[in-house]
Amino acid sequence: MSTWIRGGELVAPQKGTSEQSDLIIERGRISRIVPHGTFQGQVSQLKVIDAAGKLVVPGLIDMHVHLREPGEEYKESIATGAKAAVAGGFTSIACMPNTSPPNDCRSVTEFIVRRAEEAGLARVYPIGSITMGQQGKVLTEFGDLKEAGAVGISEDGYSVVDSELMRRALEYADYHGLAVICHCEDRGLSEGGVMHEGVVSTKIGLPGIPAAAEEIMVFRDIALARLTGTPVHIAHVSTKGSVALIRMAKEEGVSVTAETAPHYFTLDHNAVIGYDTRTKVNPPLRTEEDVQAIKQGLSEGVIDVIATDHAPHSPIEKDLEFDRAAFGMIGLETALPLILSLVREGRIGMVDAIRKITCNPASILGIPGGSLEEGARADLALIDPNVEFTMTEGDFHSKSRNSPFIGMPLRGRNTLTMIGGKIVWQANGTHPGR
Amino acid sequence: MGQFNHKDLLGIGQLSEEDIELVLDTAESLKVISARDIKKVPTLRGKSIVHFFYEPSTRTRTSFEIAAKRLSADTVSLSASTSSMVKGETLIDTARNLQAMNPDLIVLRHSSTGAPHILAREVPASIINAGDGINEHPTQALLDLFTIRERKGKIRGLKVAIIGDIAHSRVARSDILGLTKMGAQVTVAGPPTMIPVGMETLGVTVVMDPHEAVKGKDVIMLLRIQLERQSAKIFPGIREYARYFGLDRKLVSRAKKDVIVMHPGPINRGVEIIPDVADGPSSVILDQVSNGVAVRMALLYLLIGGKQSVDLD
Repeated sequence: MSTWIRGGELVAPQKGTSEQSDLIIERGRISRIVPHGTFQGQVSQLKVIDAAGKLVVPGLIDMHVHLREPGEEYKESIATGAKAAVAGGFTSIACMPNTSPPNDCRSVTEFIVRRAEEAGLARVYPIGSITMGQQGKVLTEFGDLKEAGAVGISEDGYSVVDSELMRRALEYADYHGLAVICHCEDRGLSEGGVMHEGVVSTKIGLPGIPAAAEEIMVFRDIALARLTGTPVHIAHVSTKGSVALIRMAKEEGVSVTAETAPHYFTLDHNAVIGYDTRTKVNPPLRTEEDVQAIKQGLSEGVIDVIATDHAPHSPIEKDLEFDRAAFGMIGLETALPLILSLVREGRIGMVDAIRKITCNPASILGIPGGSLEEGARADLALIDPNVEFTMTEGDFHSKSRNSPFIGMPLRGRNTLTMIGGKIVWQANGTHPGR
Repeated sequence: MGQFNHKDLLGIGQLSEEDIELVLDTAESLKVISARDIKKVPTLRGKSIVHFFYEPSTRTRTSFEIAAKRLSADTVSLSASTSSMVKGETLIDTARNLQAMNPDLIVLRHSSTGAPHILAREVPASIINAGDGINEHPTQALLDLFTIRERKGKIRGLKVAIIGDIAHSRVARSDILGLTKMGAQVTVAGPPTMIPVGMETLGVTVVMDPHEAVKGKDVIMLLRIQLERQSAKIFPGIREYARYFGLDRKLVSRAKKDVIVMHPGPINRGVEIIPDVADGPSSVILDQVSNGVAVRMALLYLLIGGKQSVDLD
């Protein structure tokens, strides 16, 4: 049976339009997009979804998540991560390689692809590691990883310290057409630090991580992109200095893209006061000035993508002294309202915001999706932009609860997620699967 | 006497000026007990106190033990090597287990900033922070304030220099919070690698040169140089530190004539302080130790002493 999505505000990021339209979906694809009121179908032969008052957007794409499988299934599994994704409006997610064992070879990549297929929810795109075992010594087999289903490579969690090795990785990745995602952190400077180094760390007595620890590596990876001509994608940008470096590089024509995460434009280092380990994240929450610079970077297009860096941890890693607790917070189920809040603030237009979580990451990773047009795969989400809610611990579909946004008033929520024409999640809590 | 409306003492930051006055006044009235033949009053009879030291400590731990015993509380001591921590138990689990035995107060020394805050959230017993990471050491600051007030008759308006590794010192952080709250003017000095960013936001003046720092001061406070920091690239060596920042007679002579010199101990003779000065007339280092007992008695009394007054007769 075909589906008629009726009366919603259709946000088409690639066309750059936002207008009230109806969508007809047949055999898993969008067959027609027409102005609202012009389609006259036989209601009895159609499944009708009333989207009045809702935004109809391409299925969201999160290019930076941690699914913890294989190895740490007590924190998250591919199935629970995919469930959290579709609940949050995401139809495609790219998972980082720092599992146990790390995703450094074909067998792990194939395992992830198979488990995602079994879960039958969000589309999962594996990211392979740059070096074997993420040890920073020997390159992984990029070609084999790609054949197995990897769409990019990253050492996420670390930087490749050896600049010569990183240079070769870029050259080699270019040959195989793999996106290179750079985690930028100078370990010498960040070692021992547990929050941003600044007036708050001085005040509350925690060892700091200076902004320079990130910026040094952002600069290096930009320099290597310039040297090799291979595009680099800078992960989780958190500082004003990084935004400035990326802006300069883009102006110069260096092939660089960048992402930030919702927490970097929503919270600053003051959130750490009280030692709540849910605010411990790497890179750390920075200053108000950095938050403003991130927003500016998003609005100017210096930052292309918003990705969650969804990093599930159990109480075993989080109910500890602040310096012993693990870095990271979950994000798939709170990203959308935080992004919409930027739109309401007027810092970024709606279409532009949706681009950063649909077509932009799709184009960086070279994966399908991220667009709403006739003939495209029917991956989409229906968003109620005005519903107000708060997340409680029991509301998450992720296995983990490590979110600093629990209890915070949020506005704007996904109400329905469709993948390949099938409804995989609806606001009443059902997720029938693909 | 005023009211001390706190369940725990986690840091100086939580105390008002009146709270601090109350602690110091209470300590003053309790100090006489330690000078007696029979150094014990029944005030905390039937109360149990756990001294839980994840990090080694001689002075602070002994001081708390003596303070508790002089008030007739029952005490138990745990250290990292005798606790279940070595068996992999988390702080929260240890706390819950301790609480199951229903102590009235837990004194915690821990290498992690914020550890006593976790304990305070988890258990109904009162918590005293006996030093957490590089964050705070509030009882040290209170005994320092007590010693200054005893010697100078006041705190407000005094000029105080703190010299040493400010960045990694919980004593410095608590002293700064306490001194500025009580109206003293604080100057800190040390090698730039030992001064944290944004120090001025705590209301202190930062100078690098110790000669400048001590000029015209009423009080000089020194911090222990932790020799293990040398490997952490913080400074090249103790010889160089002693040469530029060690407190000698010449440096002392730049302060006011009646300056007092303080140190939280244990002192590194010949590093941050020259023996002449440590043992000289301006040193009040041992007074600080004696006063530590009185201040800790006052805190125990104020936190778990209930409504009864101390029987001084």
